[in-house]
Amino acid sequence: MAAHRSPAGLPGSFLATSSITRRTLFRGLAVGGGLAATLAACGDGDSGGGSGPLRVGINEAPGSGRAYDQQKARLDAFTEAELEVNYVDHNTFQEGINNYLQGSPADVFTWFAGYRARSFYTNGLIGDVSDAYPADVSEAIRKASTADDGKQIFVPTNNYPWAVFYFKSLWEKNGYEPPATLDELVTLSRKMQGDGLTPIGFADKDGWPAMGTFDILNMRINGYDFHMSLMAGQNSWTDPKVKTVFDTWRGLLPYHQSDSLGRTYQEAVSSLQQKKSGMYYLGLFLTDSLEIEEQEDIAFFTFPEIDSTVGADAIDAPIDGFCRSAAPRNEGAATDLLKYLGSGDSGSALDTAEIPQIATNAKATTGNYTDLQQRAVEFMGTQKSIAQFMDRDTDPGFASTVMIPAIQTFIKNPDDVDGLLKSIDAQAKSIFVS
Amino acid sequence: MLLRGGRRGRRRRLTDRDRVVVSVMVGVPTLLVIALVWVPALLSVALSFVRWNGLGSVGDADWVGLQNYRDIVEIYPPFWPAVRHNLIWLVALFLGPTVLGIALAAVLDRELRGSRLYQTAFFLPTVLSLALIGFVWQLVYSADQGLLNGLTGSSIDWYGDPEYNLGAVIVASGWRHTGYIMLLYLAGLKGVDPALREAAKLDGCGEVQTFFRVVFPVMRPVNIIVLVITVIESLRAFDLVWVINKGRNGLELISALVTQNIVGEASRVGFGSALATIMLVVSTVFIVVYLRTVMREDNS
Repeated sequence: MAAHRSPAGLPGSFLATSSITRRTLFRGLAVGGGLAATLAACGDGDSGGGSGPLRVGINEAPGSGRAYDQQKARLDAFTEAELEVNYVDHNTFQEGINNYLQGSPADVFTWFAGYRARSFYTNGLIGDVSDAYPADVSEAIRKASTADDGKQIFVPTNNYPWAVFYFKSLWEKNGYEPPATLDELVTLSRKMQGDGLTPIGFADKDGWPAMGTFDILNMRINGYDFHMSLMAGQNSWTDPKVKTVFDTWRGLLPYHQSDSLGRTYQEAVSSLQQKKSGMYYLGLFLTDSLEIEEQEDIAFFTFPEIDSTVGADAIDAPIDGFCRSAAPRNEGAATDLLKYLGSGDSGSALDTAEIPQIATNAKATTGNYTDLQQRAVEFMGTQKSIAQFMDRDTDPGFASTVMIPAIQTFIKNPDDVDGLLKSIDAQAKSIFVS
Repeated sequence: MLLRGGRRGRRRRLTDRDRVVVSVMVGVPTLLVIALVWVPALLSVALSFVRWNGLGSVGDADWVGLQNYRDIVEIYPPFWPAVRHNLIWLVALFLGPTVLGIALAAVLDRELRGSRLYQTAFFLPTVLSLALIGFVWQLVYSADQGLLNGLTGSSIDWYGDPEYNLGAVIVASGWRHTGYIMLLYLAGLKGVDPALREAAKLDGCGEVQTFFRVVFPVMRPVNIIVLVITVIESLRAFDLVWVINKGRNGLELISALVTQNIVGEASRVGFGSALATIMLVVSTVFIVVYLRTVMREDNS
């Protein structure tokens, strides 16, 4: 359930809904049938040394549009070693990652930063890439690419921040100002309601978008470190600090678009577009469905500060990039390729207004970016800590089978926070067994 | 005695070649069933007693005994709603589409003018995939642009609101089920000896009485098939809710929970297998009941 699709920015969950096939279902069920061990064992034979072409795994299939084109352009420009690139359908890649890594994975493959990468590293499935880690990348991104032992395990290439988006024309007309604190946000919301607007767009039909709201409230109220340890299963969900997050959220719910469980985020974007809602907290991929002229009218601000001792310098900004398998056949070439992929040159492959993402390397050219993308680059530079979004920062089973239903239950019935947290905590304890 | 002896003789004349053909015809399907149905099913049952996230060898997975089952029953909030929804689905399919399908078949069997046309119309949904049906009904149910809200002026979000979405989905799936049952029943009705009806008429039975007292009991084999199909349909109900919202928010079904836990990145293999085992047990109960009924009938 990767909620984020690299780099076209279409979230994976949306695609999972639209493109699930009988084959992928069967594959999953076969795992349930216990075939996984056999399948995984098949690949072990050829993992010995040897050179030959460097194998690369990409989670985009030919025909999947700009995301594929961009990855292909990037790899075609690399000429120092012969590459054998395997382009795999996005969902198939995401869903098969466990078997993939335990079979005979490509030497270099697409993945993302955060808990999942760390857990693969701890399990010996991916390797240390410190020797290939790019220099011109912000400290916050470096932190997100680093394992507990201080080694970099992931080479970042591009990302997209989550922020509160709004249309400048509407705000100028009504005289709204971006709020800097929670109180100002509430005041602004009331004003918008007075003007007949739904203050905050909201949609959670697919289950993952509201995770973003939890993430940002938790980071604003309890700070990045608490959020990360909660996500890693090291904190109790019955902690009063977590309760405060849900209580604050409950206070904001009346300003959110109602009936959110039946709405996709695309529909929430279109009510923002129709100037029915005043603002919408989402990733930069919000612009995906907008015309270029409309993109010039859109602006964003970071989610307001809630506690001044915590500040507002942490955000969700999922980072896409590459990992190296634990036992690469051709280590030297793999290192060269990773160095190239993380470089400014490779980042320049993203220098287009077409893809709602930004390169992580500061040396990448940005001449073709829209103003909004330019502002996203500046914005990313000011962040001290970067989270990866709940479904990348925690156990994927916990995110999809516990947190999605839990958050949807909260939206339906925001009053029983204690009962909800007790239930989440009991399930978390059964999943995070050390 | 003679006759018997003769028969036995004929049986003995089974050539070696016949014997090979018969063994292959029986053996291959048996092997396939064992390899593709029973081995995976039993492995699933075995997996339901471990905790395994798909990383590392399954041999190293922790043996947790009944922990997964305890967790499902005690702390997994979607489980009981899913059981309830499966039961509601079953009862609703019986009371609605199954009865309606039988009624339609009984009416169409009377060779009304244009009955072919009606047959085709009612059967049409059955050839559509459930995923497509989900989309067709989306056009009816959509909160903003849907036919239903357009006609009634309400603003209910039929697929999104957990108070209504289960009912809405059952109607959509029943739309398809009705045609299926109708066709099965119609085929059965064609096979009923017209002499029976005539005799009933001569004895002074009305139409309704003829149907319930004569035709319906004669149709017993078809009735059992209809019953089994309805039970199976309600247990394997999955596609529609998966297309709509992946079986969440009011549309929890056991099959959807199994998929949520195992397919994709969630990889709660043990937990999902325990859910699948529960489904297996429920289906087995129905199958046993069905087989017992059928066999008792054969014996009597």
